[in-house]
Amino acid sequence: MTKVASRLPDILKRHDAAILKEWVNEQLSVSRPEAMKESALREHAQRFFGLFRDAVQSGELGDVSGPAWAAVREMLGELSQSCTTLGYTPTETATFVLSLKQPLFTRLRQEVGRDAEALADETWAVTGLLDQLGLYTTEVFLKGREDLIRRQQQDMMELSTPVVQLWDNVLALPLIGTLDSARTQIVMENLLHKIVETGAAIAIIDITGVPTVDTLVAQHLLKTVAAARLMGADCIISGIRPQIAQTIVHLGVELANVVTKATLADAFQIALQKTGASIGKATAR
Amino acid sequence: MATAVSAEEMRPLGSSEDVVVVRQVVRALAVKLGFSLVDQTKMVTAASELARNTVDYGGGGTVRLQTITDGKRIGLRLTFEDKGPGIEDLALALKDGYTSGGGLGLGLGGAKRLSNEFEIVSRPGEGTRVSIARWR
Repeated sequence: MTKVASRLPDILKRHDAAILKEWVNEQLSVSRPEAMKESALREHAQRFFGLFRDAVQSGELGDVSGPAWAAVREMLGELSQSCTTLGYTPTETATFVLSLKQPLFTRLRQEVGRDAEALADETWAVTGLLDQLGLYTTEVFLKGREDLIRRQQQDMMELSTPVVQLWDNVLALPLIGTLDSARTQIVMENLLHKIVETGAAIAIIDITGVPTVDTLVAQHLLKTVAAARLMGADCIISGIRPQIAQTIVHLGVELANVVTKATLADAFQIALQKTGASIGKATAR
Repeated sequence: MATAVSAEEMRPLGSSEDVVVVRQVVRALAVKLGFSLVDQTKMVTAASELARNTVDYGGGGTVRLQTITDGKRIGLRLTFEDKGPGIEDLALALKDGYTSGGGLGLGLGGAKRLSNEFEIVSRPGEGTRVSIARWR
């Protein structure tokens, strides 16, 4: 970017205290009471203004992605993130930066007001500069949100697919939530791996925590059952609630080849019978 | 008596995430209208099938959710609309076990059996509109 011969560095240097005061007062007069606290606002404003003034001295006014603006960007990034945790909207954070326009424009008009062409140029430069910084706060905010969403998605992937061993040769897979294809893939792989690992003869797939069983979910279940069977393990599907049972019948999904049970406890009993184990109350002799 | 619409909202259907959202919205609406647990589940499941068809086969579209009344009863009507390739042979598409994709081929017929009213209009090259309703 080319260096702009602007009078802004000079103006900022000479009037910094006055501009800062006007800017803070301006913000205090328009901000809603539940927004940033006055003390915090003053502190942020002072810090930002100091860094802004120093960065402007570099003369690099066309592009805020350069090294001269690194400190300003860092400060805005921090501000934007702390604002997110404190519950400010991205608009409020961006407005913090954009509201600096008014005091700067006022100063510019006083200083170069006689030269209309120069005033227009200076105003344009300041607008471009502050717009970039304002947009930057929004960008940081969005990036923070995206990171959060990605982290949560990964958490859910991990959380939702535990395969637990209930007994010798008996595994259970309690499914929870939506069975979209990405997750179902992981579920299926986990179960098959665990079958190899433990040499289990029976796997119980519990769908108590699956709110909707439609044809896609049914298809995923049937495929998992078929794959497990190829590896020598029988599957029992448990946790079929009355409303789910009725829905499956209406859908016309054929589950006749799969052993199904209403509860995990019932399925466990069947599994024990099949593996030749039994559990009973200890009887006193 | 003619059916009157008392509330209406539109939802976009562009991805499988939207299908999840539609399921949740339909469930919330069915609960609000006082549907029994079985009827809620039927409506949510039918919505899931049709929403996925809209996304997978129709290339995305919209769903309109309407609270309807005929004076005596209240109900829920869902209208799925896309501007996709349309369906050549409706009778075949409704036949159980037939699929042009990789599914079980039960979605469309299943949705019909899960609802009280079912209407489908499709023109090849223009798109498809499926409407289902369930009364409380």
